[in-house]
Amino acid sequence: MSDPTPGSTPDTTPDTTPDTRTARATTDEPSRRPTYGQRRRERIDALALAGTVDDEPGVSLVRSAWNRLRRNPVFLLGLAITVAFVVLAIIAPWIAPWDPTARPLLDEVRPQTNPVPGPQPGHPLGGDDRGRDLLSRLIVGSRQTLVVGVCATLLGLLGGLVLGTLAGAIGGWVDSFIMRVVDVMLSFPSLLLAFTIASLARSPSQWTLIVAIAAVQVPVFARLLRGSLLALRTSDHVLAARALGVKQRAVVFRHMLPNALGPVIVQATLSLAISIIEAAALSFLGLGNPDQRQPEWGQMLGLAQRYISEAPHLAFYPAGCIIVVALGFTLMGESLREALDPKSRR
Amino acid sequence: MLRFVVRRLLQLILVILALSVLLFVWLRSLPGGPVSAILGERQTSARREALEAALGLDQPIPVQYVRFLQRAVEGDFGISTKVLPGEDALVVFWSRLPATVELTVLALIIAITLGIPLGYLAARRIGSLTDTTAVIFSLVGVAVPVFFTAFLLKYFFAVEWQVLPVSGRQTTGLDATRVTGMFVLDGLLTREWDASWDALKHLILPALALATIPFSVIFRITRASVLDVLDEDYVRTAEAKGLTARVIRGRHVLRNAMLPVVTTIGLQVGGLLSGAILTETVFSYRGVGDALATSFREKDYAVLQVLILATAIIYVLVNLLVDIAYAVLDPRIRTR
Repeated sequence: MSDPTPGSTPDTTPDTTPDTRTARATTDEPSRRPTYGQRRRERIDALALAGTVDDEPGVSLVRSAWNRLRRNPVFLLGLAITVAFVVLAIIAPWIAPWDPTARPLLDEVRPQTNPVPGPQPGHPLGGDDRGRDLLSRLIVGSRQTLVVGVCATLLGLLGGLVLGTLAGAIGGWVDSFIMRVVDVMLSFPSLLLAFTIASLARSPSQWTLIVAIAAVQVPVFARLLRGSLLALRTSDHVLAARALGVKQRAVVFRHMLPNALGPVIVQATLSLAISIIEAAALSFLGLGNPDQRQPEWGQMLGLAQRYISEAPHLAFYPAGCIIVVALGFTLMGESLREALDPKSRR
Repeated sequence: MLRFVVRRLLQLILVILALSVLLFVWLRSLPGGPVSAILGERQTSARREALEAALGLDQPIPVQYVRFLQRAVEGDFGISTKVLPGEDALVVFWSRLPATVELTVLALIIAITLGIPLGYLAARRIGSLTDTTAVIFSLVGVAVPVFFTAFLLKYFFAVEWQVLPVSGRQTTGLDATRVTGMFVLDGLLTREWDASWDALKHLILPALALATIPFSVIFRITRASVLDVLDEDYVRTAEAKGLTARVIRGRHVLRNAMLPVVTTIGLQVGGLLSGAILTETVFSYRGVGDALATSFREKDYAVLQVLILATAIIYVLVNLLVDIAYAVLDPRIRTR
C-alpha cells in the first residue's frame, strides 16, 4: 500500500555528471550490501538524485521540467483532478444542497425494511442510514479527506525534514544512527506501523489517524532528503559558499535545502494519494474518527460495510471519490518524477 | 557465500533486538500500562498488585527489559482475553498462521503468474494497446484501496451472483481432517477432495483481492526491468551474433531482467501483510490479519503484542531469504 514509486529502476544515473556520480557513491555507502527494504531505499535514493542534477546550461531544472510537463496529457489529467478536488473542498459548504449533519430523510429510515433511503427529488443520491443527504455528505466529505491527507503528509514531511536534515547536514555518527532507525521503520509493514502507533491513543480521533499515517511517511521523506543533501554537499556552489566562509547553518538552510526540495515535492504528491488511501483503510478498521457528524470519505466507506447487501451504493460513491482523487495525485506525482528524472531527459 | 549468510544472520539478530526494545517501549506506553495490557478486563486491584510484583515493575527499567526478553524467549506473552478467551496468546498466533500463509501464498502466485508475463509483453510491445491498457490498469490498481477491491468482489461474486461463499474458510459442518491447518493442502493430503475444493472456493475471492497489490508492483517492475535490459549492449551483441530470438529472450533478456523482480517479490510481503489485515476483515477470514484487527479493536493487548512481534519477525526473515536468493542468482552481490 505504501509503495510510492513502483516501476522505477534501481539505477537511474547512467549519464550524469561526475559530480553526481561521486555523490551517488556516498549515498550508497551505508547500504552496500542488500539489506531490508533495499529496493525501496534505492528507489527513494534515485528520486533524491533525480532532482539535483544540473540540466544543460541556460535552462533551469524547473523550466525544463515544466516544458516537458506542459505537453504531458497524464500530468495534465492528474493536475485537473487535483485542482478540481481542492476547489471542491474549498467551496463545499456553499454548493452542498443540504447541511451534512441535518437529517431530512430521517422519517424514511426503517431499520428493518428500508435502512437506507433511496434517491428521490431533492436527494439525487438518496440518504444514508441516519437519514442524511448522501450527496451533501460526499461534497462536504472532500474537506476532511483533504485535511487528513494534507496534514498527514505535512507532518510526515516535517518529521522527515528534521531527521533528513540532521543526517544529511551533520553526517558522521548522527547520520549512521538516524539512518539505521529509518531503515528499521522502512522495513516494517506500513499498516502494522500505523496500527501500532494508533493503539497508543486512548481513543481514536482524527488526529490519531493523521499521526499514524504521518509516522509511515517520516522515514520515506528522511531518506529522500538525506540523499539529496549528500549529493549537494559536494556540489560546486556549496563548496564555494564554504570557501567564502559562510556559516554552516546558512549553508544548509540557504544553499542546500532549497535545492533539495524538488524530489521532496514529488514524493509529497505521491504521499497525498497514499495518505488518503491509508486513512480509508484505518477508518475501515475502526481507527478513524468516531465522530460521525463531519463526514470523511474513508469513514463513510468504513461505515457503509454494514449495508453491503441492501445498499452497496453507500460504499461505491465514497470509494469512487477516493479512487479518482488518489489516481489524480498518483498521475501527477509519477509524471513529475519522470520529468525530474535525468534518464528521461535524453 | 557462507560468510554472507552468517553476516546477514547477525544483522537479523540486531534487528530483532531493536524490535524487542520498540515493543517494550510500546507496551509500557499503552494506555494503562503493561499491567492493564496483560490483564485486560479481568483487572482487579489485588490482581493488579500481584502482577506488578510478578512482573517486577518496581525494578529499574534495564532489569525490566531483560525480564521482558526472558519471558518473550520462553514464549510467555500472557493470556488472550477476547480473540480466543483463556488461551495463551502465542497459541492464538500459531492457530491463525496457516490460514494467512495459505491466503498470501495463493495471492502471490496469482500476482506472479499474471504480473511477469504481462510485464514482459508490455515491454516488448511498448506503446501498443496491450502496453497502455496494462499500465493504466496497474496505475488504477495502486489507487484503489485493497479493502474496496475485496468489497467489490464480495458484493458481485458472493452477494449478487452467489457463485462463491461470502465469508469464512470452509463451510461449517463440513467434516474435514486437519493436518497442517492449511485447509486446501489438508484435503489433498487426506484425499478429502470435497474439503479441499470447498476451502479453495472460500479462498479465491480474498486471494484475488489481495493479489491486486503485488500484481501492480510486479507488473511495473518487470516492464521497467525488461525495458532496461533490452537496451543493454550484451543483447545487441547477442543479436549481432545471430542468436535466435528465442535464445536471446530466454537467456539474455528474461534471466537478467528477473533480478530486480525477485527482490520486489520479497518486498511485497510487507504489503501483503498490510493487505491481509484488510481482506481478512472483509471476508471474516480467520487468519493473522483478522486476529490483528480484532485484538486491536477489542484491546486484547496480549494477542496484539504477539502478533506485532511475530509479523515483524516473519517479515524480516522473508527478506533475509530473498536476499540470499538474490545472492545465489547474482554472484556480484556476494563480493560487494
